[in-house]
Parts: sequence; C-alpha cells; structure tokens
Amino acid sequence: MAKYCELFTTFFKVGTFTIGGGYAMIPLIQREVVERRRWLSDTEMLDVIALSQTMPGILAANIAALVGQRLRGTRGALVAVAGNILMPIVFILLIALFFRQFKDNPTVEAIFMGIRPAVVALIAAPVFTLARKAGVTIKTVWIPILAALLISLFGISPILVILAAILLGGLFGLTAGRDSLKARNHRKSK
Amino acid sequence: MILFELFYTFLMIGAFTFGGGYSMIALIQDEVVTHHGWLTGQEFADILAISQITPGPVGINTATYAGYSAVINAGLPEWMAVTGAVVASLAVLILPVALILIVGRWLLKRKDQAPFDTIFKVLRLTVIGLIAAAALSLMPTAFSPTPTGTVTLFDFSFSAFNLIIFAVVFGLSLWRKVSPILLIVVSGAAGLFLY
Repeated sequence: MAKYCELFTTFFKVGTFTIGGGYAMIPLIQREVVERRRWLSDTEMLDVIALSQTMPGILAANIAALVGQRLRGTRGALVAVAGNILMPIVFILLIALFFRQFKDNPTVEAIFMGIRPAVVALIAAPVFTLARKAGVTIKTVWIPILAALLISLFGISPILVILAAILLGGLFGLTAGRDSLKARNHRKSK
Repeated sequence: MILFELFYTFLMIGAFTFGGGYSMIALIQDEVVTHHGWLTGQEFADILAISQITPGPVGINTATYAGYSAVINAGLPEWMAVTGAVVASLAVLILPVALILIVGRWLLKRKDQAPFDTIFKVLRLTVIGLIAAAALSLMPTAFSPTPTGTVTLFDFSFSAFNLIIFAVVFGLSLWRKVSPILLIVVSGAAGLFLY
C-alpha cells in the first residue's frame, strides 16, 4: 500500500510541477525515479523513455505506466498514470470554467491576439529541431513534406496518414530488411 | 450522444498519436475542429496557448479543454461539460497505456529490428509532417488582424504585428531555446499593448 501511495505522489508531483508537456517532464521523472527513489537503474530508465517515445500516446503517461508496472504490475501502472494526470485535468477545468466568462472581454481578446501567432511559432519551431534529430536527408525529406501536404492541402485525415506510414514502414522493413541490416553493420564498423 | 462521440474520437486520437503532444495537435484539430465542428479555429488556438502555460502534458490539457468546450458549445449544461472533459482526457490514454503495458516489454527487445525499426523511422519522419500541418492550419486565425477573423493566402490582409510576433518567437524558440512560457507571456503583453 505504501508503495502505491509513493507511486501516486511521485507522479502527482511530476504532473503538477512541470509546465509544457512530456519532454519537460523527463528530467524531473529521472531525478525522482532513478536518483531519489532508486526504483529503476539509469539504463532501465533510458529503455523506458525510448519505448515510451516510440509507442503511441502521451509520453509522460506512457513513462508513468511503465514505471508503475515495473513496481506493482498493472495496478501500479494505473496508480502512477492517475497521479500524473489528476492535477493537469483539474487545472484545465478550473481555467475552462473561468476563461469562458472573460473570453469576449476586450483586454483578454487583445492578449490572445498577441499569443496566437506565438503559439503557431512554438509549434513550427519543433518541426525543424525534430527534422534535425530524426536525421532527415535528401532521400527521406519527401516523407514529412508529403504528410504535411496530404493533410493541409488535400484535407486527408492525419489518422490515415499515420496508418499509411505504418504500412509503408513495415513494407520497407520486410523488403529491405537485409539492406538496413547491412547499412547498420556498415555504420557500426565505421 | 456527444459524450460517446467524444469518447470514441479521443480514443482514436490517442491510439494514433506518435511522437508526443505536438503531433497530437494535428489529429485533434482534424477531428475536433474540421470534422466535428466542436470548436472554432480561434478556440483551438487559445486552448493550445493555455496548455503551453499550464502544468501537465499538452495532449491531456488539450483533450480536457476540448472535451469541456465541445459539450458547452453544443448548448449542454456545465456538469455535462465537466464529464465531457474527464471522458476526453481518459479516452485519449486508454489504448496507448493498455498497449504499452501489454506489448511494451516484448517490443523493447524488437524495436531496433526489422520491420519495427523502419516502421518507427517512417513514423518519426511522418510526425514531422503532421506537426508542420498543424502549424500551417493555425496560421489563418493567428495572422488575422481581427480577433475572430481568418485570412487566406492571397487576400493580403495579414496583420503585420502578428507576423512580427510569429517571426520573433520562432527565432527565439528555435535558435535561442527561450522558454515557451516566457515567450507566451511576452507575446500576450505585446498583444495588450498593440490591440
């Protein structure tokens, strides 16, 4: 029982005190889970983060679920996830209740007129940092461009685009499996 | 029944979100704004702004607020809107959390092997396109000179102030790694001063 409480409060703290989403949470989760409580080793934590990033869903919740599962199985996972999302939901609900009354206030409107282009910029900037991180090359740059065009120009659902990406990736993987293995060995030997 | 629709919609959004909150934005926008019309473009942009400066994952924040607003905009009472917010926030988590708990350990050993390595590589690249599409689709409302208007590419009624805010925030975020919270607060102050 004490472990459940500890799991809950740890992820409650992470959820409540990090602003700006999953990537901002990672350092705090690492400090709590690896350094302070020693629930996972450093490499185990890196595995958890890598897996949470590749799987679908919300990064922080995925990490919470895996850490909870390691310690106390499925129930531990649910407790950790619940702790992680409780305050974010309450915060937004309070803001939603409050904000709707002031939405048409001219001062609030002016503030949001300034904020909207900033939000677009904050979403546009990661496009370039992610492209660098994912190692986009001349040979692969068509994939993100095609995805963006299909969605914004042709109005195709992002869900279909993701499905197509999974199929395409699987197809590449199965047909060019040997090639990619060769390429990796080649890279390793360098 | 809007609560069931919310549940199903956010269940799907959660299942197809790869690569974190930013890529979820494209999915939420397509479903919630374009397809269901639960929110206007402005409301969606404002939700994103709010979720950048409040605690918690951006994906959860957006789901909570969108769930609430969708029910309120349908003319239903407050308590149902609160239920809608909780339903959307939980629905977005169910499939991914179930999936990672069930196949997580199995996949951890295989994610660097064919065909999973190429699937994840193509997904990582695709998600960049999704985020770009989200940014593009927010531009018409963000660059409008009036609070509720939109602009199209060829009508040249862009607000110059908004373009400047966009350019400055983009540069500071990309090259100087300035905190998003600070950038949003300063942009809000600029809006107050300009409009």
